[in-house]
Amino acid sequence: MTKQTVLNATHRAAGAKMVDFGGWDMPLHYGSQIEEHHAVRRDAGMFDVSHMTVVDLHGARCREFLRHLLANNIDKLKQPGKALYSCMLNERGGVIDDLISYYLAEDDFRMVVNAATHDKDMAWIEKQAATFAVRVKERAELAMIAVQGPHARVKVLGLLHDEDRATADRLGKFVAAEVRGPNDMPLFVARTGYTGEDGFEIIVPEPHAIALWNALAAAGVHPAGLGARDTLRLEAGMNLYGQDMTEEITPWEAGLAWTVSLDAGRDFIGRAALDAQKNAGVPRQLTGVVLDDKGVLRHGQRVLTPAGDGEILSGIFSPTLGKAIGFARVPAAAHDGLRVDIRGRELPLRVVKYPFVRDGKACDGM
Amino acid sequence: MSEIPGDLKFQKTHEWVRIEDDGKARIGISDHAQELLGDLVYVELPKVGDRIEAGSSCAVVESVKAASDVYAPISGEVLGVNEALADKPETINEDAFGDGWLLLVKIDNAGEFDALLSADEYAELAENDEH
Repeated sequence: MTKQTVLNATHRAAGAKMVDFGGWDMPLHYGSQIEEHHAVRRDAGMFDVSHMTVVDLHGARCREFLRHLLANNIDKLKQPGKALYSCMLNERGGVIDDLISYYLAEDDFRMVVNAATHDKDMAWIEKQAATFAVRVKERAELAMIAVQGPHARVKVLGLLHDEDRATADRLGKFVAAEVRGPNDMPLFVARTGYTGEDGFEIIVPEPHAIALWNALAAAGVHPAGLGARDTLRLEAGMNLYGQDMTEEITPWEAGLAWTVSLDAGRDFIGRAALDAQKNAGVPRQLTGVVLDDKGVLRHGQRVLTPAGDGEILSGIFSPTLGKAIGFARVPAAAHDGLRVDIRGRELPLRVVKYPFVRDGKACDGM
Repeated sequence: MSEIPGDLKFQKTHEWVRIEDDGKARIGISDHAQELLGDLVYVELPKVGDRIEAGSSCAVVESVKAASDVYAPISGEVLGVNEALADKPETINEDAFGDGWLLLVKIDNAGEFDALLSADEYAELAENDEH
């Protein structure tokens, strides 16, 4: 049975083309994926991301638990409201999921994990939490709306309670706060996102989600579907779980070394495997590629290199750049001379440092 | 869905053909097909002089979603291709039955054209295709 978010009927009434995503019936686009992409880069767009799972952690040993569970170091979070992006690894160093953790109080942390990985994530978190007497509470009754774009924050701020507006306006990047929205509805507003644009991700109780969505639309925020979300996140150089990393891939091989914190004496799950792979030499790397020829990069295309074959992990036609971009996984020794096989034609790929797009503009060298 | 011009004939894989006044066959994909594909971003066309065979792939259209083969509805020799699509593939989204055409072909056998679906038959098929 396909699951629906509380906004399902709202999407359908807006003419959305719906698709199955990780067992959820979600909007792919509302007419034109490319127009939705540009709306986020140039103005403000909103995504229903209520299919993602909010998990609250309670207990005196929360921080100790997360030190053990996450490859990034939770001790980087010192102020309440601050967020951290991290991988959650298995013993082999493979990625079970990537997620965001929020520090609310020493006995109260919040995590947001992916929809498609819900069952295995919950099983893994509960199993590990038991040792630390941490209570794991899934908050299925919460919806989530991501509002992204250069004008996103201003449009959201306009809907907040007068007394809370300054609080939300002052939020630094990767910080959250509880504020009141239209009709005093309680909101958890975080200055985070998955598009490379400024904005907020807003967690809202389900009974208020439709009213919030409609208020945002009335404020000029454009509904955008999962299609635009994918092209925006790849332009921004962000990984997608299941495509760019899996349980068979370590963060070293997924371009996620920046999220791993090898602090002295911190024994997080998967650390031994990561140390061993680092010492032995990481065999594969994730690299950003641009196709200057006409054509479109797609997941699964073969990449040929002087050091051996690789593959395209994420590949799209970039609406901002007007050409195809992607992530490729290739042998560690492959630095240039990459080619992609598109229906039997071999076209040259240019290796680039990503992100491809930042703050609405192409990065240098794209 | 927009009105289907009555002088078009269709293949059930969503390609259309029109026989022009000079007897040449113009080929494209249907408005219903472009709706299913979403925004088009790249079109791969054969060269002038190439032969196309009914039922075989004669072009590829790529949308934001996927790459799809275009199957030749008739056999013949390619006399022209829509060069404008190289820079503006979205023309197919905007005008699938007009400016978004793909190929101009010298048709081998008029019987192949006659055997295709009429506009009404195709419209019915496309409607049943909607979920």
